[in-house]
Amino acid sequence: MTIYYTEEHEWIDVDGDTATLGITTHAAEALGEVVFVELQDAGETFDKDDEIGVVESVKAASELYAPLAMEIIEANGALEDNPGMVNEDPEGNAWFYKLKISDTAELENLLDVNAYKALID
Amino acid sequence: MSEPRKTPLYDLHVELGGKMVDFAGWMMPVNYPAGVAAEHKHCREKAALFDVSHMGQVELRGENVAEQLESLCPSSFTPLAEGKARYTFFTNPEGGIMDDLIVANAGDHFFVVVNASMRDQDINHMRGLDIEVRELSRALIAVQGPAAEAIVSGHAPIAAELKFMQTALADIGGVEVRISRLGYTGEDGYEISIPEENVVEIARLLLEHPDLEPAGLGARDSLRLEAGLCLYGNDIDNDTSPVEANLTWAMQKKRREGGGFPGEARILQELANGPARKLVGIKPEGRAPARRGVEVASVAGNIIGSITSGGFGPTFEGPISMGYVATEFAEAGTSVNLIIRGKARPATIIKLPFVAQNYKR
Repeated sequence: MTIYYTEEHEWIDVDGDTATLGITTHAAEALGEVVFVELQDAGETFDKDDEIGVVESVKAASELYAPLAMEIIEANGALEDNPGMVNEDPEGNAWFYKLKISDTAELENLLDVNAYKALID
Repeated sequence: MSEPRKTPLYDLHVELGGKMVDFAGWMMPVNYPAGVAAEHKHCREKAALFDVSHMGQVELRGENVAEQLESLCPSSFTPLAEGKARYTFFTNPEGGIMDDLIVANAGDHFFVVVNASMRDQDINHMRGLDIEVRELSRALIAVQGPAAEAIVSGHAPIAAELKFMQTALADIGGVEVRISRLGYTGEDGYEISIPEENVVEIARLLLEHPDLEPAGLGARDSLRLEAGLCLYGNDIDNDTSPVEANLTWAMQKKRREGGGFPGEARILQELANGPARKLVGIKPEGRAPARRGVEVASVAGNIIGSITSGGFGPTFEGPISMGYVATEFAEAGTSVNLIIRGKARPATIIKLPFVAQNYKR
């Protein structure tokens, strides 16, 4: 399993052609207290850069984008009921989607942990 | 753009962990480590300290200051008793609002507080009058919340005797300050005008009280929105009239009947016949906040207005908004839709405020 990152402050934990996706701790801290999460449904497919969800905090609204072409296998409905989870455990329990990657070659375009750390420093 | 200015409390904000942002040309704390929601709730439950030194404080002196101010504002200052403050606004010749402000009769002068973003405009505007206009180099802090009276009167006993919208000179820690019982949170509380060189020591002294915590601009905005208070530049501006904005309570009867202020043609006409649109509270029925710029549609699908302020109310525990809608849809209880990210979401017009005001009248 390898964890990749995006310039939109998402993490994607890849296992073969499936993956788990969420927002980074850095993103959650920058947003402040999350009060609303809207997710897309399982079974829907998206192209890279499509909007796949919305996270709103007391300060601002922020969109979630598909880091690569994908199909949603499972959305984490617990986030819609308890948006505060995103602040408590953004890189763990507060994952947004389990997904199927359409073309694993697209992973090459994502950041590794060092590149992401360099981005946020 | 020039460098943002710093208030005398800048270093204290940084020391307290404030996240500093440029707001209207000033570096101000948007929140401290507690976070917007916690600071907001602390203000409603105990008390919060806000730095509002970026606002303009002005002294007006001269013959007939009250009469002259009435030529710029549709409120009455003749009389405004000594020690009393009044909310008002400058109107433009088209009946829109140039800025909202607080005017107080300080005895030998009038004391005026204007918005940070409008201070240069407002000072120039008042300089058109035949009076002395002096911008003060003073800091301004707000202590707001149900514990504010105990906190402030512990240092300045006169604070307990003031009622809502009253002002007096007082002594805190050996420094002469002006205490006014008013604010922008919907809670009881005070704004305290302090010489710049003394504000850090006084803020530290007040913060020794266990019930007082600092709060930033984020909480200030969510508190005022829950309280149904307008933000200049969002909910009111040069295009919106006081009648549309439901601010006619700030226009005393003499002015509503007599006129004699800029924009009176439109304002008196709207008073007589009703405005075409009104500022209302709008409560989204779901959890999605509706922010500034979101369009409001009728159930039939026509666009009838837009959101001017919106977000999440930590005490209300849900999304809250204000905006203008066509008058026929402005009645409390009317169902509307909010067009959020292209999707129509149900909402209800409500009578402001979202959280009851708690003033000591």
